[in-house]
Amino acid sequence: MNRSSMWEAVSGIVKRDLLLAMRRRSDAAMSVFFLVIVASLFPLGVGPEPAVLRTIGPGVLWVAALLACLLSLSRVFTADYVDGALEQMVLVPQPLAVLVAGKVFAHWLISGLPVVLLSPLLGLQFGLDGAPLGVLVLSLLLGTPTLSMIGAIGAALVLGVRGSGLLVALLVLPLYVPVLSFGAGAVTGSMAGIGGEANLSLLGASLVLSLFLAPWATAAAIRIALE
Amino acid sequence: MNWSKYSAPQAFYPLAGRLIPWFAVVAVALMGVGLYMGFFVAPTDFQQGESYRIIFVHVPAAWMSMFLYVVMAIWAGVGMGLNARLSFMMAQAIAPTGAMFTFLALLTGAMWGKPTWGAWWVWDARLTSELILLFQYAGVMLLRTSIDDMRRADRSSAVFSLVGVVNVPIIYFSVQWWNTLHQGASVSMSTGSKMAATMLMAMLIMTVAFWFYSIAVILARVRCIVVERDSLPVWDEKPAVIQEAVEAR
Repeated sequence: MNRSSMWEAVSGIVKRDLLLAMRRRSDAAMSVFFLVIVASLFPLGVGPEPAVLRTIGPGVLWVAALLACLLSLSRVFTADYVDGALEQMVLVPQPLAVLVAGKVFAHWLISGLPVVLLSPLLGLQFGLDGAPLGVLVLSLLLGTPTLSMIGAIGAALVLGVRGSGLLVALLVLPLYVPVLSFGAGAVTGSMAGIGGEANLSLLGASLVLSLFLAPWATAAAIRIALE
Repeated sequence: MNWSKYSAPQAFYPLAGRLIPWFAVVAVALMGVGLYMGFFVAPTDFQQGESYRIIFVHVPAAWMSMFLYVVMAIWAGVGMGLNARLSFMMAQAIAPTGAMFTFLALLTGAMWGKPTWGAWWVWDARLTSELILLFQYAGVMLLRTSIDDMRRADRSSAVFSLVGVVNVPIIYFSVQWWNTLHQGASVSMSTGSKMAATMLMAMLIMTVAFWFYSIAVILARVRCIVVERDSLPVWDEKPAVIQEAVEAR
């Protein structure tokens, strides 16, 4: 198999998933609204003191982004699993792991990128500005693809399993801990004046590692679910 | 001697039955020696007084909790690689014991933390990663019980435990760095080399005791799993319960 056919298959999958998402725009909008609502509930819960909000802001926004990603995970494979398209993907000559990477990339474009683009606005709500706000956006830009990558493993493992919505949360959330602590750590580090570069580098390393390992594990999980 | 014949559950079942008493006896004996040394022979710590003595349970339990997760992942990997049913059964049997030790480590840690640090729980790197290890054990077991098809349950939980074993060291270091950012090294449990020889000896004896206990319990659980999955086979050595069940049919 030559390289161009592999590239065509991946770009075909990305285009198809984006097209499907465009046809059901409310689905994609839901996770963004969820993020905004969760982030807005925290000031109502803990009180409006700017100092408190600034302290908890990075953590709250990161946890909200993480939950928004979690809620959208069921959309990555479920529809294809139900209508049999996933089985066709297993049968095509291109390696399944590469196709999976395409699907996860499309998922990130639909549910991760809006979170990144919206984060400066939410950061301002929590009193972040200047350099920490930039670090927040950058950390989400590096971190949310990792969340999608790791989440896809969980989503593939629970395909067609009863109670899959809760189960995927229980499986995936512990795996999200490093990304959360690096991401929120980058922002708090930049607020404390020691800079977020170390944590941003670690986020980049996590992304590279997950790009390398996660599609492979996801492909294994899909094969197990389909056999 | 051909060891590979024991990879068949039918052959492993009686072997496990013969091994269990030996491991159980050694575990009980070593636990007796280790606890005696820990509680009566080892000197009182000049800073922490008597409360430090919980480490003779706590540290071995924490070691076993991590060790068993790796062993579980290895069996899961062997099962995936060789497609061996017994390996998946071993992985399934290890998970509850590993989770028990994780819980025990957290519980005894809290008991030690209250008099020593003045708090039941602090967000220390070790505590946090141990807690997340408990979540991962729970994930492995819950994933298995949610899937009805046994073959898929085996393989899915194997993939998850393998993903987890990559993640555990990353979690450990991430929370360690996260922790150092928030607070200085106010809490340190590393007294390793400064420890008195009897203390270290008691701790190592307890570790071996827990290890043998784990083997005995896991082998017993594997036997239960074999019987459960293969729906009452008629083998040479049958527990009385199965004998009765077969006769009742």
